[in-house]
Amino acid sequence: MGQRHLLAMYSNFDEAEAVVKELRSTQIKGFDVNRDLIVKSPIEHPEVEEFLGDKPVYVQWFTLGGALMGGLLGFFLISAAQANFFAQFKGGKPIVPLPPNFVLTYEMFILGGVFITVLGFLICAGLPARRSPLYSSTVSEDQIGILVKSDESAANTLKGIFTKHNALEIQEEAGK
Amino acid sequence: MKDIREDIAWAKINQDVLKSLENPRKLYWVILFIALAMLGVAVGCEVYQYEVGMGVANMDNPHMWGLYIATFIFWIGMSHSGTLLSAILHLMHADWRKPIYRFAEAMTTFSLLTAGLFVAVHLGRVWQIYYALPYPNERGTWPNFQSPLLWDAMAIFTYLSSSIIFLYVGMIPDLAICRDRIHEGWRKKLYTLLSLGWEGTDRQWRNFRVTYLTVACFLIPLAVSVHSIVASDFGMSQQPGWHITSFPPYFVAGALYSGCAAIITLFIILRYVFRFEEYMTLPILKKIVRLTFAIAMVWTYLNAVEFASVWYSHDQASKDVLIQKASGTYAPFWWAMIFCGSIVPLVLAFKRFQTNIPVLFAVSLLLNLGMWLERWMIVAPTFSHGIYPWTWDHDQWPSFVQWGMVFGSFGWFTLLFMVFCKVFPSVSMYEVKEMVYHRSQQSKKQEETGKFAAAGKGAH
Repeated sequence: MGQRHLLAMYSNFDEAEAVVKELRSTQIKGFDVNRDLIVKSPIEHPEVEEFLGDKPVYVQWFTLGGALMGGLLGFFLISAAQANFFAQFKGGKPIVPLPPNFVLTYEMFILGGVFITVLGFLICAGLPARRSPLYSSTVSEDQIGILVKSDESAANTLKGIFTKHNALEIQEEAGK
Repeated sequence: MKDIREDIAWAKINQDVLKSLENPRKLYWVILFIALAMLGVAVGCEVYQYEVGMGVANMDNPHMWGLYIATFIFWIGMSHSGTLLSAILHLMHADWRKPIYRFAEAMTTFSLLTAGLFVAVHLGRVWQIYYALPYPNERGTWPNFQSPLLWDAMAIFTYLSSSIIFLYVGMIPDLAICRDRIHEGWRKKLYTLLSLGWEGTDRQWRNFRVTYLTVACFLIPLAVSVHSIVASDFGMSQQPGWHITSFPPYFVAGALYSGCAAIITLFIILRYVFRFEEYMTLPILKKIVRLTFAIAMVWTYLNAVEFASVWYSHDQASKDVLIQKASGTYAPFWWAMIFCGSIVPLVLAFKRFQTNIPVLFAVSLLLNLGMWLERWMIVAPTFSHGIYPWTWDHDQWPSFVQWGMVFGSFGWFTLLFMVFCKVFPSVSMYEVKEMVYHRSQQSKKQEETGKFAAAGKGAH
């Protein structure tokens, strides 16, 4: 069966929330609310996450990995360079002095953490991305968009729900 | 008085900010022209120095560092306020920072770029910079990993790259707005490329929030470490006047102080040039002014601690340097530093001056003059009055080449900053929308609570 993409635009978060709640409570064949629903908003709005339900964020794992990798890489690179000093007189001082190396390790820890966090962000947020099948530039201004993907058979039911909650505009397009 | 009007329509926020990208006041072009002319002076001085050699900078033994390193520290310090506004106040949920943090972040990035230039200029033979890079080579030389100068290079590289990333990531949603609102030309292509296909989906916002918070958490200790390490360049040496335990916090306080003063200056300029009166409001200015006053007092206290620890240390050489500063060749500048850094900010304590734009503009410039003098008064007097009498040279004066470079660096910074503000939104549109939204929601709640209370309903 063919698929259909629908985008409904709303002027405020209350209406968008009501739509999501109704979509969650209604069983619609050919539409999975957890998989096929995307809310687009002009601002970061914590309430969106509340009414969409808990969804995991994995960026912090990238951060941890990046910071550890950066720190270890920094320490071992410096130590490897200092190992060259075997050939030089050190006057009894340690070849790999820990206190001064800590400073550079610390900087590399942060550098790795920041770089890999941003990499994690791009991966987790799916960026860079092509435009989704339906997009309205009013999302970047003042409207909230609800994008759903469903079977053809569910499209009319979904449109009915959108209209019931005062959608300003409904766009639709055949999906792949 | 409210920080920002709560009834501004979101579409109007977009419109006002995007207008700044196309249609600034004429003063913008005047500033740009002056900045270019100033930069021209620096380029001329730099070319002359390349041609003739470092001698034209009038640096010799014992005057090794001069204005270049003093100005380098000044620009590094200037960068700290961006982190203060965008990271520290972000973690503290101070939402009044939202309309102004973007330009403060840009200021961080460009002041770091300016500071970096001074290192290169100071080296003289820039084409031999590869000598300083840590890589296995035929010469068998490595940089000294135990030197604070190397730590400094690493810390500044980390801070610069992290600040650029932080500035860019925070700007992605706004770049998408620009992409959607600007219809053609190179700008459209640029914003489309840089916005990475951002659509404001719940998945993107969720990850964005965590990323922004995480990078902010990294930036705070990083900013502190950068200026502490700059302080270590001095504090870890045995030179009189520098070997002082309180130098790292003193440098960090000085950095925040000069940064806040610069934010006041740029706030006033941007507010007028880009017609941002609705977003860069007087109540917000008042908050920055109070913050600056508080930091000024911390700096004054740490200055006093520095003098006291030298005075009571029984380290005669350090004491002599302090006496030299107060009564020798550099005395007018040292006292000007005390006046600009500790006396002038007292004006900020008076309520009527906290929103007086001409007074604040003048005060912010004087504060920054004081902070620049502070850096010069750290560097120069110690070189002119070292431990051994045969190194004393009290009459050295920086050459016009050094002064030209310092002068031109302000042009370079201003040029980069003003071009940025014309190409990218200097007010964060999505965060101002958030601010307006949350504040209007709060007001609604308060009104409802008030109605219930008036009707005798409620929990009681």
